[in-house]
Amino acid sequence: MKPKVAFYWCASCGGCEEAVVDLDEEILNVVNAVDIVFWPVALDFKRRDVEAMPDGSILASFINGAIRNSEQREMAETLRAKSQVVVAFGSCAQLGGIPGLANLFDAKEILQEVYGDGVRPQMVHRENGHSLSLPEFFDTVLALDRVIGVDYYLPGCPPTPKIIAGALHALLGADLPPKGAVLAPDHALCEQCPRKDTRPEKLVLKEFKRPHQMIADQQTCLLAQGLACLGPGTRAGCEALCPQGNMPCTGCFGPTSRVRDFGAKALSAIASVIDGNTEAEIARALDAVPDPAGTFYRYSLPSSLLGRRRMG
Amino acid sequence: MPGVALAREYKYMCSDPGQELIRQDIRDHGLDRIVVAACSPHLHEKTFRHAVAEAGLNPYYFHMVNLREHDSWVHADKPAAAAKAMDLIRAAVRRVRWHVPLERRQAPIHANALVVGGGIAGIDAALTLASAGKHVYLVEREPTIGGHMAQFDKTFPTLDCAACILTPKMTAVKSNPNITLWSYSEVRRVEGYVGNYDVEIRRKPRYIIEDLCVGCLECIQACVFKQAKVPDEFNLGLGKRKPVYIPFPQAVPQLVVIDPETCIEFKSGKCKKTCVEVCAERNAIDFKQKEKIENIRVGTIILATGFETFDPVRVPYYGYGLYPNVYTSLEVERLVNASGPTGGEIVLRDGRKPATVGIVHCVGSRDVNTNRYCSRVCCMYSLKLAHLIKEKTGAEVIEFYIDMRAPGKAFEEFYNRVAEEGVSFVRGKVADIYPAGNGDGRLILQAEDTLLGMVRKIPVDMVVLSVGLEPRPDANDVRRLFNIGCSGDGFFLERHPKLAPVSTFADGIFVAGCCQGPKDIPDTVAQSGAAAAQALALIDAGVIELEPNTAYVTEDACCGCKTCIPLCPYSAISFLEEKKARINEVLCKGCGTCVAACPSGSIRQNLFEDQQIFEEIGGILTYA
Ligand SMILES: Cc1cc2nc3c(=O)[nH]c(=O)nc-3n(C[C@H](O)[C@H](O)[C@H](O)COP(=O)(O)OP(=O)(O)OC[C@H]3O[C@@H](n4cnc5c(N)ncnc54)[C@H](O)[C@@H]3O)c2cc1C
Ligand code: SF4
Ligand code: SF4
Repeated sequence: MKPKVAFYWCASCGGCEEAVVDLDEEILNVVNAVDIVFWPVALDFKRRDVEAMPDGSILASFINGAIRNSEQREMAETLRAKSQVVVAFGSCAQLGGIPGLANLFDAKEILQEVYGDGVRPQMVHRENGHSLSLPEFFDTVLALDRVIGVDYYLPGCPPTPKIIAGALHALLGADLPPKGAVLAPDHALCEQCPRKDTRPEKLVLKEFKRPHQMIADQQTCLLAQGLACLGPGTRAGCEALCPQGNMPCTGCFGPTSRVRDFGAKALSAIASVIDGNTEAEIARALDAVPDPAGTFYRYSLPSSLLGRRRMG
Repeated sequence: MPGVALAREYKYMCSDPGQELIRQDIRDHGLDRIVVAACSPHLHEKTFRHAVAEAGLNPYYFHMVNLREHDSWVHADKPAAAAKAMDLIRAAVRRVRWHVPLERRQAPIHANALVVGGGIAGIDAALTLASAGKHVYLVEREPTIGGHMAQFDKTFPTLDCAACILTPKMTAVKSNPNITLWSYSEVRRVEGYVGNYDVEIRRKPRYIIEDLCVGCLECIQACVFKQAKVPDEFNLGLGKRKPVYIPFPQAVPQLVVIDPETCIEFKSGKCKKTCVEVCAERNAIDFKQKEKIENIRVGTIILATGFETFDPVRVPYYGYGLYPNVYTSLEVERLVNASGPTGGEIVLRDGRKPATVGIVHCVGSRDVNTNRYCSRVCCMYSLKLAHLIKEKTGAEVIEFYIDMRAPGKAFEEFYNRVAEEGVSFVRGKVADIYPAGNGDGRLILQAEDTLLGMVRKIPVDMVVLSVGLEPRPDANDVRRLFNIGCSGDGFFLERHPKLAPVSTFADGIFVAGCCQGPKDIPDTVAQSGAAAAQALALIDAGVIELEPNTAYVTEDACCGCKTCIPLCPYSAISFLEEKKARINEVLCKGCGTCVAACPSGSIRQNLFEDQQIFEEIGGILTYA
């Protein structure tokens, strides 16, 4: 009997699902090797189908997206019970991801922003004796491991085909990686970046630039060109896809195993090169980083030391 | 508290019985971590680490809670401070669990020393080290040693003849076999760390072969320039010299210098070279001489690069450079000097003898527009100059002062003596100096006399500006070269203003004399003695023990992003060929800058591991 796997999505954009499809021919190998028992995006399974499975009957559940409402939490808990292994798939599941930036606000503020003073969604709707209810919308977006136990993490927004294939092989192979591992190299991205050697030993910048303000040289270290590239603090594995496309790294692979708070480290990587002695000079240098939280914590606010903005 | 096997209160834990208590408890209860919550690690961390080590435990299994600087000294609310003390203790208990055994390392100290700057500070330090049998390299930028003191006639407050007390020391330097004197030289590069500094020195060509020159000075006589035409630096341009010259008769080393800027042979290649003729078989002149690079290794370094006088052109209303009869004090030092450009006669530029002289204090000192600090010696040298001027010319001398600062030994007595000699004093800051306008060449000094409460305008023949002492213009470059700090006023920064006044933040590098701040000769010499003693203490110890709280790169993890390289204030991090960073443990002071900065978390620091710090934070944030 082929091992059973499940794919599920929580608060995410769907890019991670796309990434699975992006496996190209590899997907066929996957389909041959495993039995996909649950994949709402592609195949018609219902929640009750999963609930009916015996506990531990799924080899691995790949869950992408952060947890920001009660339905996602329930599904995560259900899949946890049914699976031997849970993999947090992609930045949102691993670190909270872009939806995690909602932690700069709370549920009330978000609803106000979206619906204004207009009609608000009703939590319960009754029709002809039937009632439908909406899941509870949380104040705080959570990374998957704050809700259920997670065995492995696949970083990336989304994880690259190579990373996914590698993870599948590892899980189907004989030697399982140690529990809790992030299934990507434990180096920073500079290691894989073809521009690495062009960074000078002493790099100081009086100002940063935003990508749309310049056409970056194709060979030189992007940070050295004044772009706030987060490669020095971001885990390798993507093979420097963005820098190879002439765009600075935004940090989607998250931190290395040695770093507890990605944003703080990313900030220090950038702040370390600022050449400014007065507050005004420093502020000027950071003009090109108009949204520091969104820049340094773009994928990781819910898993940072503070987790969210203070409420109330 | 979880993890605590034994808690004790004892009033004098640092005393012998207190320490014994700790040792006994370690043995009796098999304790494997010790936390002491008491005054401050500054005071007693060493004491307790030692006690713990004596009981057979690794000393770094000990942690001290700083109840002084972190608590009692900074809080007035006693119950809140007590609660904070509990938090700090909980933090320490949680942190110390994660401590690992560490070893102190040792670095050998090379016995040779380098002294930079050959003023009285450098001379004295070099002589002291040499007399203790150490080999000293004394590097002086100018053609001769002596510094400012060599320019003075007399010294306050005793009015000793400066040359009489200085020149014996200068010749002692030259004749001491333990001293290698490199004048006309500069340090170009410094690498390494305490005990092992590799230093590169550039020796400028003086176009004289040192070993062949006997110091007869016949070449100066013989030079095709019959008259000296070049403004003479040593006399601040008040006299003239030839292209081949010696700064002053007692210069050490007794070697001439040829100035290629003015020498005809260098300009046109067509000089008769009468100097070479007269040097004859001694053959000491070499127009082709090139600069020479010397590389040495030393264990300790004393910086004694001195000061520069304030340039009064920066206070335009005093008219220096505009009115010929406005002089700086240093120029007047040369005028009153028997071996100076006028043979010790005080005459104005037009040859007249002044009948009235005004001395203006605090020029470039105690002034928000120039330097805020007091230059400490100007009041006293002004009195000295007033005395000398009066003695030599009988002129009326008026001192314009803000406050008369005479706090040194025998200073107040000196002030009284000069006052009794008939020197007048006006208490007030001179606001303006301008020509009298009646063609007699006199200048009006305008000042508000704060004792009389009125503005006074006093005509004088000669104005002496008592210029302050400033850091050398290249002090910042020198500081960087040696990796030490400067204080806000630009003078070299000592490690502690009271308790480590000649040490710097670079181990093995000491400061002496006016490079650390304005001071007189007695204080300078006291400091150079202290610096020499500190250097000797290191040299004679032979090795230095290094704290293990250093940072280290996990080289497997390092991605070679170079973020850390320029950040280290002690230049301890280098970038290896294999594209990894490496920290030199001996240079690392454990400041933690790189640890915080390494974006991939590949730098760690002993005693400040992430886990230890997070536990500490956890301990503080947990409510008991
Ligand atoms: C006008 C005047 C009168 C004074 N009268 C008195 C007095 O009567 N009594 C008294 O006690 N004090 C007096 N002082 C103070 C006295 O000058 C200082 O205390 C003393 O000169 C300090 O000595 P020093 O060796 O620290 O510095 P300096 O005398 O400045 O010597 C520093 C030496 O270092 C050399 N040097 C500088 N930079 C470098 C470098 N990078 N590399 C190599 N060499 C370098 C310089 O060429 C110089 O030879 C007077 C000061 C002034 C300005
Ligand atoms: S801890 Fe400080 S002193 Fe040590 S290597 Fe890092 S930056 Fe330099
Ligand atoms: S900052 Fe960290 S990763 Fe970058 S070179 Fe230094 S040690 Fe290596």
